[in-house]
Amino acid sequence: MSILVIAEHDNVQLKGATHNVVAAAAKIGGDIHVLVAGANARAVADHAAKITGVSKVLLAESPALADSLAENVAKQVLALASGYSHILFAATASGKNVSPRVAASLDVAQISEIQAVDSPDTFQRAIYAGNAIATVQSNDPIKVITVRTTGFDAAPEGGSASVETVAAADSAGLSTFVGREVAKNDRPELAGARVVVSGGRGMGSAENFKLLDPLADKLGAAMGASRAAVDAGYAPNDWQVGQTGKIVAPQLYVAIGISGAIQHLAGMKDSKVIVAINKDTEAPIFGVADYGLVADLFQAVPELVTTL
Amino acid sequence: MKVLVPVKRVVDYNVKVRVKSDHTGVDIANVKMSMNPFDEIAVEEATRLKEKGAATEVIAVSCGVAQCQETLRTAMAIGADRGILVQTDVELQPLAVAKLLKVLAEKEQPSLIILGKQAIDDDSNQTGQMLAALLGWSQATFASKIELGDGVARVTREVDGGLETIELKLPAIVTTDLRLNEPRYVTLPNIMKAKKKQLDTVTPESLGVDVAPRLKTLKVVEPAARSAGIKVQDVAALVDKLKNEAKVVV
Repeated sequence: MSILVIAEHDNVQLKGATHNVVAAAAKIGGDIHVLVAGANARAVADHAAKITGVSKVLLAESPALADSLAENVAKQVLALASGYSHILFAATASGKNVSPRVAASLDVAQISEIQAVDSPDTFQRAIYAGNAIATVQSNDPIKVITVRTTGFDAAPEGGSASVETVAAADSAGLSTFVGREVAKNDRPELAGARVVVSGGRGMGSAENFKLLDPLADKLGAAMGASRAAVDAGYAPNDWQVGQTGKIVAPQLYVAIGISGAIQHLAGMKDSKVIVAINKDTEAPIFGVADYGLVADLFQAVPELVTTL
Repeated sequence: MKVLVPVKRVVDYNVKVRVKSDHTGVDIANVKMSMNPFDEIAVEEATRLKEKGAATEVIAVSCGVAQCQETLRTAMAIGADRGILVQTDVELQPLAVAKLLKVLAEKEQPSLIILGKQAIDDDSNQTGQMLAALLGWSQATFASKIELGDGVARVTREVDGGLETIELKLPAIVTTDLRLNEPRYVTLPNIMKAKKKQLDTVTPESLGVDVAPRLKTLKVVEPAARSAGIKVQDVAALVDKLKNEAKVVV
């Protein structure tokens, strides 16, 4: 068996999610290759070569691959697909964008967001917003899979795989990149953060959300939010933690003013330690929290910042 | 231009599903079924395009059991002009649905197909991208804004870390994210009107599509329960626990 892992990157940096996908590939077992499809992405390929378990890195560079357009990246993956038994993507916005396109072109099913590997053809995945876990088996000749990164501990670094340049696919000519608005901040990335501080509707306003900044600073945390808080305009969309947002599993998750709707719990319940601060003693979030504090967040949060 | 909107009948998002005791699936007998919320956003967006004069006809499609007619009637109450039901009792997986939609797209020749980004039952997030691949069309997933131009669609997408905008050559596939719009409430007069709209029924066989499932579900279980911890009295006690018991804060 040989497995192709599609690297997650921005042409400059390799994203941590790639390490988790390599870990999933190692569970499947076999020769693991990593594809870096991008433009001027040599440094990314060199980094990927250091991930333990990777035997070869394939580097495809072309302007058409610079912005991760689904049509072009899928074309690149398909050009290499025939040599592999498994093709793995991270279940991130970019992985989910491309992976089904590859699967359908190969006339195979995609297995979405696996969180455990039972055998090379059998996997576990959450359905119904995490209310049930299905074990599914694929008999397709190539398994195209997206990997929920929280299900697999990141593969360490220490290897030294070879980097091989492969022919880059040209543009499919279907779409063009126009622009990107990336929120700039110094905080860790939400999906891979060690600590996450999330606010809910209880924060009351976008202005009040700033109350969480000093806490996140103190903990070195990424910021998150419940869907209710995002819908209310208190926090940006890409902060949303939940089944339809980001799935996170940090060492410490601090839920502030979050009631704990099922859809939110599905996105964070695999966190190692969960802290909840909410004034409603009946809030469902307390049902999953290791440490619950029934308190007015507007008093408790500043106090927490000074006490920590 | 025509807009095609596939809609899925799913367990209502307010229902907490239960795993069957024999672990063959979840129990959906006698539970409330509704249109997948992301698909509702898709129907709303298509309807708005028609109201703005950018689209001429909105066609809703649903694949599945006979009761999917109700989902199509809801789509028509929001604003779809007609509906097509691809009726089958076979469990439909995303690849099969994409193949069915491909045949319908070739027949109806829409310029745009808007789908929900994922269904809230199987949480696959595949069908739109698969359909784009099968048709050889461009795609924009997780859309939060759609603008139509001359032969192109400019779509803003929700991606990790922010937003990105891409331009697609039409015909194209767009999948909706939560913030694209807020679907209207359907009114009684529109529900009544929807009952009179055209609804055609076809079958996978008549479309010449093999819909046999590719993935076999071996079992379905409840997720490992996370037990509730303790309530702490005050902030000082919380900090003490985090430092000395959980040891996640130094």
